[in-house]
Amino acid sequence: MSDTSVDADEVRHVATLARVDLDDDEVEEFTAQFADILTYFDALDEVPEVDTETELVNVMRPDEVHEGLSQEEALSNAAESEDGFFKGPKVS
Amino acid sequence: MTAQALEQRDFAVVIGLEVHVQLETATKIFCGCSTDAADDEQPNTRTCPTCLGLPGALPVLNEGAVEAAVKVGKALDADIPEQTRFHRKNYYYPDLPKNFQITQYDAPICQDGTLEFSVEGETREVDIRRAHLEEDPGSIKHVRDGTGNLDSRTVAIDRADYTLVDYNRAGTPLMEIVTQPDFRSPSEVRSFLNKLEEVLEYLGIFDSTRDGSLRIDANLSLVPADEIRDDGSISEEVLEAANRTEVKNISSHKGAEKALTYEASRQRNLVQRGKTVEQETRHFNEAHGSTVSMRTKEEEKDYRYFREADLPPLQVAGWKETIDIPELPDARRERFREEYGLDAESASKLTSTKEVADFYEQVAETFDPDLAATWVADNLLGELNYRDMAIEDIDGRLDEFARLVELVAEDEITTKNAEEVVLRRMLDDEMAPDDVIDEEGLGKADDDAVGTAVEEAIEENPDAVEDYHSGEGGALNFLVGQVMQKTGGSADPGSVNGMLREKLDE
Repeated sequence: MSDTSVDADEVRHVATLARVDLDDDEVEEFTAQFADILTYFDALDEVPEVDTETELVNVMRPDEVHEGLSQEEALSNAAESEDGFFKGPKVS
Repeated sequence: MTAQALEQRDFAVVIGLEVHVQLETATKIFCGCSTDAADDEQPNTRTCPTCLGLPGALPVLNEGAVEAAVKVGKALDADIPEQTRFHRKNYYYPDLPKNFQITQYDAPICQDGTLEFSVEGETREVDIRRAHLEEDPGSIKHVRDGTGNLDSRTVAIDRADYTLVDYNRAGTPLMEIVTQPDFRSPSEVRSFLNKLEEVLEYLGIFDSTRDGSLRIDANLSLVPADEIRDDGSISEEVLEAANRTEVKNISSHKGAEKALTYEASRQRNLVQRGKTVEQETRHFNEAHGSTVSMRTKEEEKDYRYFREADLPPLQVAGWKETIDIPELPDARRERFREEYGLDAESASKLTSTKEVADFYEQVAETFDPDLAATWVADNLLGELNYRDMAIEDIDGRLDEFARLVELVAEDEITTKNAEEVVLRRMLDDEMAPDDVIDEEGLGKADDDAVGTAVEEAIEENPDAVEDYHSGEGGALNFLVGQVMQKTGGSADPGSVNGMLREKLDE
């Protein structure tokens, strides 16, 4: 088993990067869950080598314009919008 | 070293740049949305599931962006590695719909280039560490609550109540060009940026008139002047030991010089007072001409870069052979001097943009290169400049300007009239040269009419003819004046002079 110890500070740091606010109980809960999740990856070490498909290279498209979404369509899933913009909380 | 000792040492400025340039492609880097931003466009009108980061949408790389990157690599004499690939740079900010930016990390498309430029008459060379492709984020507005219109409520980030986001720009192809810390002054940076922009425009992949097409981050530190080696280089240890600041939010050449001049003196003041320079990120405030400390939460490792598995790697080293780039400004300047015998100043003016150089060559092929140089470099560019115009503004009318040079070359109008009347009306009233000539009656009298006038002048003024033969200098001028009067000033005084002599000396 690899070293999968996770401490509360790490969880807090990851939460900060994701702009997620966690209370102390949640930090404790996630610390245990993070450790569990990381141990799942150990299972991958057990998977035998298999033949892989040749990796693709140079997949590109020509520089040609395709019609996209209308403003209305683009904003249709937005929780809030204003004057054609997506609206969200202030940021720092 | 004590603060006391530090104060007594001379310090030199060391600057490195990260220059973000927007590549002129028709579509975004990973989707088919147009990059053509109209001045008055509405927000979120050039988007699709890919550039909005909707679940399940997949990026497909734009071949045009890769071609542009290879051109930049060739122009900077950089290596295009056998294989390059994309990474995800993870950070959460509303301008980034996917919460990661697709960029390049460990295998950029261009590595180890150089760019030569001149500053105060001296040639300098800066090493380019790397240049990579990435997608532009969207643009955001920080807005205050209230009832006024949006523009009046758009405020600085710290005064805002909420954020509005427009993803039209999201996914525009960018190239980030990273230099070695080779600059020793803010003015060198400015000269370098001028040159870089000139080269990129020659390549036809960059438009400096587009808003936000060039954005610069600069890092600046002070090192003891006696640590600079004779060849101008500085050891890694000395560079590592110096605390540097990264200045963000620079959007012009002038801004770069201003920001870095401010930052250099700020750091000098700290050092002179025995204080240390904090290693930090600073924000350039263009209006105040100063830099202010920015809180940054992320470090390099916080971006958690990992392979972008939705984009297969690229193997385009061979494109360096198959993609052509135009002759670059330095080479063209040199060739203009040799091929057309131009002086350094004219050659430089005539190669300032590719459009000007192309137009000059078109004119010089047919007419005398010196005459063409005077007309394009001095008269046309001068008058355009005076009107705050550029050659692009008369793009569709270059044939008319070539015709004007032709009229002068073939002696159909006088140089004076061509410069002072025809050229100006062509620009001010958008008229064709022949129309100006007709309207103003500027056509040089044809030779027959001049010939008749010469004969008449001789016949009508026997005294002057006698004076001429007895060697009186003023007599010829008098006769020239008579001819000019008869032709209403449209004859060329030089050729009248010649024709009179010929007749009188028969």
